[in-house]
Amino acid sequence: MPTIKLNVNEKPVSGEVEQRMLLVQFLRENLGLTGTHVGCDTSQCGSCVVHVDGKSIKSCTMLAVMAEGCEVTTIEGLANGAELHPMQQAFMDNHGLQCGFCTPGMVMSALDIVNRNGNNLDETTVRKELVGNICRCTGYHNIVKSVTAGAKAMGD
Amino acid sequence: MAENGIGASVRRKEDKRFLIGKGNYTDDINVAGQTYASFVRSPHAHATINGIDTSVAKASAGVVAVFTGDDLAADGIGPLICGVTVTSDDGEPHRAPAHPALAQGKVNYVGDHVAIVIAETLAQAKDAAEKVDVDYTALPAVTETGTAADAGQPQIHDLAPNNMCYNWPFGDKDAVEAAFASAHKVSSLDLVNNRMVTNPMEPRAALGEYNSGTEEITLHLTTQNPHVHRLVMSAFNQLAPEHKLRIVSPDVGGGFGAKIFVYAEELVVGWACRKVNRPVKWTGDRTEAFLADAHGRDHVTTAEMALDENGKFLAMRVMTKANLGAYLSTFSTMVPSYLYVFLLAGQYTTPLIYSEVKAVFTNTAPVDASRGAGRPEATYLVERLVDVAAADMGLEPAEIRRRNFIAQDAFPYQTPVVQCYDSGDYETALDKALVLADHDGFAARAEEAKSRGLLRGIGLSSYVEACGIAPSAAVGQLGAGVGLWESAQVRFNPTGNVQVFTGTHSHGQGHETTFAQLVTEQLGVPIENIEVIHGDTAKTQFGMGTYGSRSLAVGGVAIAKACEKLINKGKKIAAHALEAAEGDIEFTDGNFTIAGTDKGMNIAEVAFNAYVPHSYPEGLEPGFDENAFFDPLNFSFPAGTHICEVEVDPETGVVDIVRYSAVDDFGRLINPMIVEGQVHGGIAHGIGQALMEGCRYDSEGQLITASYMDYAMPRADNVPNFDVDYAPTDPPDNPLGVKGCGEAGAIGAPPAIINAITNALGVKHIDMPATPENVWRAAQSAA
Repeated sequence: MPTIKLNVNEKPVSGEVEQRMLLVQFLRENLGLTGTHVGCDTSQCGSCVVHVDGKSIKSCTMLAVMAEGCEVTTIEGLANGAELHPMQQAFMDNHGLQCGFCTPGMVMSALDIVNRNGNNLDETTVRKELVGNICRCTGYHNIVKSVTAGAKAMGD
Repeated sequence: MAENGIGASVRRKEDKRFLIGKGNYTDDINVAGQTYASFVRSPHAHATINGIDTSVAKASAGVVAVFTGDDLAADGIGPLICGVTVTSDDGEPHRAPAHPALAQGKVNYVGDHVAIVIAETLAQAKDAAEKVDVDYTALPAVTETGTAADAGQPQIHDLAPNNMCYNWPFGDKDAVEAAFASAHKVSSLDLVNNRMVTNPMEPRAALGEYNSGTEEITLHLTTQNPHVHRLVMSAFNQLAPEHKLRIVSPDVGGGFGAKIFVYAEELVVGWACRKVNRPVKWTGDRTEAFLADAHGRDHVTTAEMALDENGKFLAMRVMTKANLGAYLSTFSTMVPSYLYVFLLAGQYTTPLIYSEVKAVFTNTAPVDASRGAGRPEATYLVERLVDVAAADMGLEPAEIRRRNFIAQDAFPYQTPVVQCYDSGDYETALDKALVLADHDGFAARAEEAKSRGLLRGIGLSSYVEACGIAPSAAVGQLGAGVGLWESAQVRFNPTGNVQVFTGTHSHGQGHETTFAQLVTEQLGVPIENIEVIHGDTAKTQFGMGTYGSRSLAVGGVAIAKACEKLINKGKKIAAHALEAAEGDIEFTDGNFTIAGTDKGMNIAEVAFNAYVPHSYPEGLEPGFDENAFFDPLNFSFPAGTHICEVEVDPETGVVDIVRYSAVDDFGRLINPMIVEGQVHGGIAHGIGQALMEGCRYDSEGQLITASYMDYAMPRADNVPNFDVDYAPTDPPDNPLGVKGCGEAGAIGAPPAIINAITNALGVKHIDMPATPENVWRAAQSAA
């Protein structure tokens, strides 16, 4: 089995992985980072979104071996100690989550939306950008509010 | 009001762990020595099994065990049960064919469970599962709801001739016929309530552990009702005695009904962990969720309304065929019967209602409760039929509703279909919704849309639903095998903080916050010192779980009752400490005081005294920890009017929901922020049903919508922002004055949306889902 080395949440990690192991399996099973979820098997739901070298990616669609040498950021890597990241705080303040299962993927996608579109996001942009993340609980209304508010807070 | 008490939009206590990736869902849990399970599932909708050869799979790398239905039967495990009896028109109970957890000689739907393969790794389990050689003889399949009971159809179960589970007539047929015969006008409608896959985002999972020392099985499950699982698995499935079975449902990623039921995988994993004496973990993937989660809805209905010359409803007649799938899921029989027919009065005074429900078996996944469960089906047909009747009578949709509403002063109102509504003010909700939706400005907006080549339509839905289930005696009379009370325990620790144990289960509804608000309001303990605990049969005394929008309306009352007991006991303790008569002690804002004085003590001090009773009332038990059970007096009847406004592009058939307004009566709101979130989610679920979601089997019984590539879930750009307001009434039958709010959106939304589309197109009806293709065809035929 190949050995991979990469940085996850700014810490160097390594592990022996089967060639067919997905990045999300490596994160959840080898590293115990269970904040990244698996909600489907067709790369549609977005529960598994993480950042690889600064870009959002569905970690169910990437082999662990492909992450060799990469910088991976997961939901566990956002908060600064006890202080939530502004986007996490915005989701809490705007009731942008209910069951919490899609939430890590939503937050990671939201950050990518901000990275690509800036801090002043309109509702239409957020809705179009979020189509790769499915939520069954919230009806999206408060997720859109959260992303917009979080983006703004990140710019303040 | 206590700070963070009733009525405050408190930020949720549960959010932090979800936001930092520290949620604790079943698949997040791993234990030493764990093995992994994969299920062998039927690729056929209907087939006999001539033999199962597991020898190659058993010899495959890493395999610990392979079990089939014979192994399960040899240990006397199962079959799965249905807990509600419906009496058919022949006087016999509904037909209940055996539902083995692993197939015995026959499979009846694609995804049916045939064998379990247990291996050291998940990949090894999946590899070996492909090596289980099952010799099938395929049989013709039955998949269509409307024709499943017709002569000449393939027969699924010997026990159920013509694939009939039950035929359940209800109401005075002759009186209804007479009313129709003398009616001024009869409006009628044929409609389909489309089959849905419930799709909570977390797939189901199970992790079983057996302790050979204590002979106890601990089963982590994605369930909405851990105690019900324990009860059914013990009493009916012979898995283990109740006191030797612990069910833990930690964080659960949505349920919407799909996680109520006792599923084959859960029972088999629970049994297999003891059999192999190793922990066994199964995590379903999304394809398995599509194949084997219980589905929802799936009705084919003809509905008729008899009207007088003023547009008053004289009688209604409803003939429904309901698909229950291949086997009876845990509560399936009650969904198209009691949860459906008893809602057919809607908000109206219709004096006579007759219905016949034919529940049929098909070679499809079992069908059971899904957000709303029976009530969306009833509401959809009533609110569509009312719009058709309005058109037939030349009345505005709002006007025909007003003419038939149950008047605000007529409550409690006994409907002709069992339910007695305890409170409501339907006209006020309608009026508020019309203002919120700027109904008066619609004509101008429609004119403007026309200039852009778009058809703009507006639709109303005035719904009522029956939730907060349910009075035990009532459901017992109807044939339920359980009571539907709820329990709570409120425990002070000696240091003054509080643990609240509830038998309900939160899988997104925010109970940890709402219930803490109830307690802080009542006991005056700061909300940060209150922890709500649920989802573990070893911690909570008992509970019937969460479904049917019952958690606050039933479980919340149990918590309030336990708090009341603490206050009563606290008065005795405080009276002793303060050297006063018990009758002179008052309790407000967390303090016991002697009436008319400023002499008093805090409830935390009382709790300390109760645990360190050095100077204590004679004969009083130490401790500050109270239980309560609450059996509701009635169902809960949330109601309201939803108004949807759409723009339809006749060239493409695309429907854009441009405005959505909801005015609901949920009684008293504990946390308005959480309630509004429930409304949003429910409406989006309803939008999914109305516009996008349709579960389809082909004629051979293959599920052709088995992934998110084929089954359209609502996404962020498919739904609008929602305008939400309330028109509350005070329900006299609920001690907290609350009504359920979790399903209302999914119940109210579909007819509002379809009424808006038919209004835009100028057509009588369009079936759900109103996909661009269906809408385009309707637009072409109307043009």
